[in-house]
Amino acid sequence: MIPFNEIIQVVIFIIGLIIAAPLFGGYISKLLSGEKNILTPVFGKVESLIYKSAGINPSEEMDWKKYTFSILIFSFTGIILLTVIQLIQSILPLNPQKLSNVEFTLAVNTAISFVTNTNWQSYAGETSLSYFVQMIGLTVQNFVSAATGIAVLLALTRGLVTRQGNSLGNFWVDLVRSTLYLLVPLSAIFAIVLVSQGVVQSFSSYKEITTLEGYKQIIPLGPAASQIAIKQLGTNGGGFFNTNSAFPFENPTPLTNFLQMFSILLIPASLVFTFGKLIGSKKQAWIIFFVMMIVLVLGLIVSTYSEYSTNNIFHTSGLMEGKETRIGILNSVLWSTATTAASNGSVNAMHSSLSPLAGLVAMFNIQLGEIIFGGVGSGLYGMLLFILITVFISGLMIGRTPEYLGKKIDAFEIKWAIVAILLPNTVILLFSALALRTNAGLSSLANSGPHGFSEILYAFSSAAGNNGSAFAGLNANTVFYNLMMGVGMLIGRFGVIIPCMAIAGNLVKKNITPASKGTLQTDNFLFALLLLGVIFIVGALTFFPALSLGPLLEHLLMNNGITF
Amino acid sequence: MDTREKRKLFDRKIISQAIVDSFIKINPKLLLKNPVIFLVAIGAMLTSALFVINWINGNFSSFNFQIIIWLWFTVLFANFAEAIAEGRGKAQSENLRKQRTQTVARKLTNNKEEKVSAVDLRMGDLVICETGDLIPADGEVVDGIASVDESAITGESAPVIRESGGDRNAVTGGTKVISDKIIIKITANPGDTYLDRMISLVESAKRKKTPNEIALSILLSGLSIIFLLVVVTFRIFFEYDQAGSLSQSNNVSIPILVSLLVCLIPTTIGGLLSAIGISGMDRLLSHNVIAMSGRAVEAAGDIDVLLLDKTGTITLGNRMATEFIPASGFSERYLADAAQLASLADETPEGRSIVILAKEKFDIRARNIHDLNAHFVPFSAQSQMSGVDILSLNNSPERIIRKGSIDAIKKYLASDSSENINLITDLNFSQMIGVDIALAGGTPLLVTENKKVLGVVQLKDVVKGGINERFAQLRKMGIKTVMITGDNPLTATAIAAEAGVDSFIAQAKPEDKLRTIREEQSLGRMVGMIGDGTNDAPALAQADVGIAMNSGTQAAREAGNMIDLDSNPTKLIEVVEIGKQLLMTRGSLTTFSIANDVAKYFAIIPAIATTLFATKNGTGPLSALNIMGLASPQSAILSAVIFNAIIIILLIPLALKGVKYRPEGAAEILKRNITIYGLGGLIVPFVGIKIIDIVLTSLRLV
Repeated sequence: MIPFNEIIQVVIFIIGLIIAAPLFGGYISKLLSGEKNILTPVFGKVESLIYKSAGINPSEEMDWKKYTFSILIFSFTGIILLTVIQLIQSILPLNPQKLSNVEFTLAVNTAISFVTNTNWQSYAGETSLSYFVQMIGLTVQNFVSAATGIAVLLALTRGLVTRQGNSLGNFWVDLVRSTLYLLVPLSAIFAIVLVSQGVVQSFSSYKEITTLEGYKQIIPLGPAASQIAIKQLGTNGGGFFNTNSAFPFENPTPLTNFLQMFSILLIPASLVFTFGKLIGSKKQAWIIFFVMMIVLVLGLIVSTYSEYSTNNIFHTSGLMEGKETRIGILNSVLWSTATTAASNGSVNAMHSSLSPLAGLVAMFNIQLGEIIFGGVGSGLYGMLLFILITVFISGLMIGRTPEYLGKKIDAFEIKWAIVAILLPNTVILLFSALALRTNAGLSSLANSGPHGFSEILYAFSSAAGNNGSAFAGLNANTVFYNLMMGVGMLIGRFGVIIPCMAIAGNLVKKNITPASKGTLQTDNFLFALLLLGVIFIVGALTFFPALSLGPLLEHLLMNNGITF
Repeated sequence: MDTREKRKLFDRKIISQAIVDSFIKINPKLLLKNPVIFLVAIGAMLTSALFVINWINGNFSSFNFQIIIWLWFTVLFANFAEAIAEGRGKAQSENLRKQRTQTVARKLTNNKEEKVSAVDLRMGDLVICETGDLIPADGEVVDGIASVDESAITGESAPVIRESGGDRNAVTGGTKVISDKIIIKITANPGDTYLDRMISLVESAKRKKTPNEIALSILLSGLSIIFLLVVVTFRIFFEYDQAGSLSQSNNVSIPILVSLLVCLIPTTIGGLLSAIGISGMDRLLSHNVIAMSGRAVEAAGDIDVLLLDKTGTITLGNRMATEFIPASGFSERYLADAAQLASLADETPEGRSIVILAKEKFDIRARNIHDLNAHFVPFSAQSQMSGVDILSLNNSPERIIRKGSIDAIKKYLASDSSENINLITDLNFSQMIGVDIALAGGTPLLVTENKKVLGVVQLKDVVKGGINERFAQLRKMGIKTVMITGDNPLTATAIAAEAGVDSFIAQAKPEDKLRTIREEQSLGRMVGMIGDGTNDAPALAQADVGIAMNSGTQAAREAGNMIDLDSNPTKLIEVVEIGKQLLMTRGSLTTFSIANDVAKYFAIIPAIATTLFATKNGTGPLSALNIMGLASPQSAILSAVIFNAIIIILLIPLALKGVKYRPEGAAEILKRNITIYGLGGLIVPFVGIKIIDIVLTSLRLV
């Protein structure tokens, strides 16, 4: 029933990732550590010019407070700037469509959304934002928000490998290097490939044409390819056009579809091996990669199974509603799984129209905390928090004060790891409950019953997980949702970054205990199993009740012939 | 004397006291120390209040009533677990405490004796203890020598010598002087003595949480907050769904939501956490080890390196003669005879061992000294020699026999004859043996008669019996043992090999101990140190776990964070075990507690949602989650709550005894505990809840 060539594509996708991630990951560690590489002759001068003009001392070492402060200053300045240019876009250049200024709450929501690497879009790109805002505002944030994620990961890694130190590195250097050596060149190459396949890259105004049927149609254009490349590579996911990668100008061919899916997971997966290189253990990296891959594949299997099962209402399988016929079912499901596992959020099919269980997988992927590859940098530092919890519980079970990579894990780390896991979950559950109890929340719903509930639950999961994909069916451009989602995204981002940095700041001061026979091994399959257990149990125990009242109930009702 | 073997896990007296205590502990102030159980109590209180209001309004719900009963039982069971652990700990220490409070001390003020109660003594006070007196408090002997019966705390019946100055001046309160008279300077205020500190570790009110316990409490509180959120929002989500469903139900009532919450929050580990900590200290006490803090016991479980002083720890402390090696031209018997004669005036254990060896080997008996007409040269620390001058009838020396270390004999021979010096300095014969002996772990003594070397007496350090197996056990635990000795490297090598330590530091000076500990620590290792002498004090203080022998000096005992009343160095193995058991029990029960939740979800969620979108037959689609096939929604919820409560009671013995520890690698331990408590924790509640469901239904309770 599943077309054979689609299965082949999935297999190539997974094998490709297994091959590419270790190779590229090792290379990234070289790029980021400031070692001389092939890009140094090209960007070395630019790098030092940036430092000079911004008054940055690249050799300054920052403790966790200074590092965190720099992240916050940088991010909040970004939010303010991005808000302001949206509010005055009508007087700014590159606005051939003469789009008017953006409404305040929408502008704030969009600004937070792009700075937090969420790319939740309450707006429709082609009818709301000028080319200037998209390029100077959104695309710039697509780069630097991803680079910020990498910086936090680097700081946390330094916290783990430094023996009794204080410094976590220099945020500005990490930011500049990640952008300059990794994201910019890769995006440039990818953008050119996309253009070659037919993705638009143009400054001209929208074209009005007459179709064969004689109707007038407006064809939106814009500098799309350059933004789409980074939207995928930086796990941003914010489409240039409203329908995201389902739109032919954004995702024209099977090749672009495959490459875009691949680029969603490429950097998050590779960073696992970058981490392995930095801590000096490839084995540790493989175990983390293995855990992520298992969850991804399991989700894919459930989604595929659900999509291809016979629907009791239509007595057929493989329903195409909300999917692109040129993309097909398996590629839609693979995308939906990958984009929610990584906190990307770009879509090539409408998640609201997925079968309930496939929708459940998408939602659960986000609710696990965006750690299954996850966002660029953020996925791995989120995963490291779960590793700390796992190490703690299993460390106790072997009768030793828990330690990870030789660093003792005590109350301080556990406290902040719990805070980082608790905060996004609070946003998802509490904000959803609030939306369900207010008219402002309910009036945006297009559907009722469990499906309506899923729409709201998905939206806040997407915000808290900094994913940015939408279940659709929910009119999110209201003051209530713009503000609630904005707060949710901020908590989902900085509610994890600050704890991570505090943990890094505490770990860096500790000594490294050499491994002995009595040490808990974190580089074997037993540990992988434990980590999987902790991720699933924490995720399932927190969201199983909600999910059973949402997609699960919908699935069971659908089998009884009831839909919403 | 050894009472610990006979102690039963549950003593009737302790149980009845614990039952009373479980009610006293409902006091919110005490409950607040345990956030998880506190949350249960709040839920129980809320449900009870609602139940009473409804009852007054004429709505008696037997289902709600049963729920309330089991919620309170959950709180009581948790209290009971703590109370019983406390009771056992107190019983253990009560005897010791009783003794001390009744003791009357003879306090010395301005050379005048005055009778005061032991509890009135302060640091620095001087007291006199004579034959038959109980020593009123911990202190050190400042004057006199006495033999002391320490069996009250060590269980060892042989009396020990305590004397002023030197390494044996510390006395413990509660022990008894059985001969002579000593003056003791009190070194601890009442309430501050070791015993008091230990008692405070087994009383929950005074007990300080250990670092790992704090970390775990944070994790458990975090989980509880998450579940509180889950349950509160669940009601809202449910009511939204229900609004679209035709059938309505009151299945999200407060008692049911509280039941869901109580089942999900980690009550099992939350309820037993304090009992685990207290019983760990209690087990330590039953091994005759006094800990200054719970932190130290946990740290013991983390030790990577253990430093041991050789003398008195690995070896018996005295070197013993093991062999006579004659020089050419002399028989072994002749050498033995001379050696015995020379040692008669040597009262050191070494000297005595020569006398004994000669007797054992050749049946040469110690002669009557007066018959010999001899002049004895006693052993002195300065000369390092002893000997005898046997006089002829005209009182001129006939046989001049000397015995001593190589260096001492060299000096002695060098005093006149040059011929003999060559013999020694050329190292042709004696020194060859000397080296050989040293290789075998001995130190040679030379015996001379009339300035002729007769041969060598081989002295050997005798390694304590069974120590090899103990070190092997430590190795299995992943602990590296390091022996510290002042011996030369050759001797040290031999002893290290015989005892089975992993490495050694030879020719070590006292400051080397401190340096070694610092070095290991800077490499990130946790270091344990066992010592008894005053020169060990800095090292004991520097080590992460310092165990002082009770026989050691006051300085050593103050510096360490544990005192072994039995003065048995290999006791560390038990201490490590208890430390590891503490963590393992906590970790395993946490895993068990969390794994349990899966089954409870499958019991309660379908029970609550059974009427949601119900079709004609009255059950909704989510009933599909009722994979246990529980009889009715009410019985499902009640079964889950009951299971949740009684599992606490069922696990009390485990909390008190601790999860079994075997010295093996981390991977094996983890595998076993994951299988038992992780996998077991997943499966057991499915079975348990089903059984309770069957019982409840057959008794028609729901």
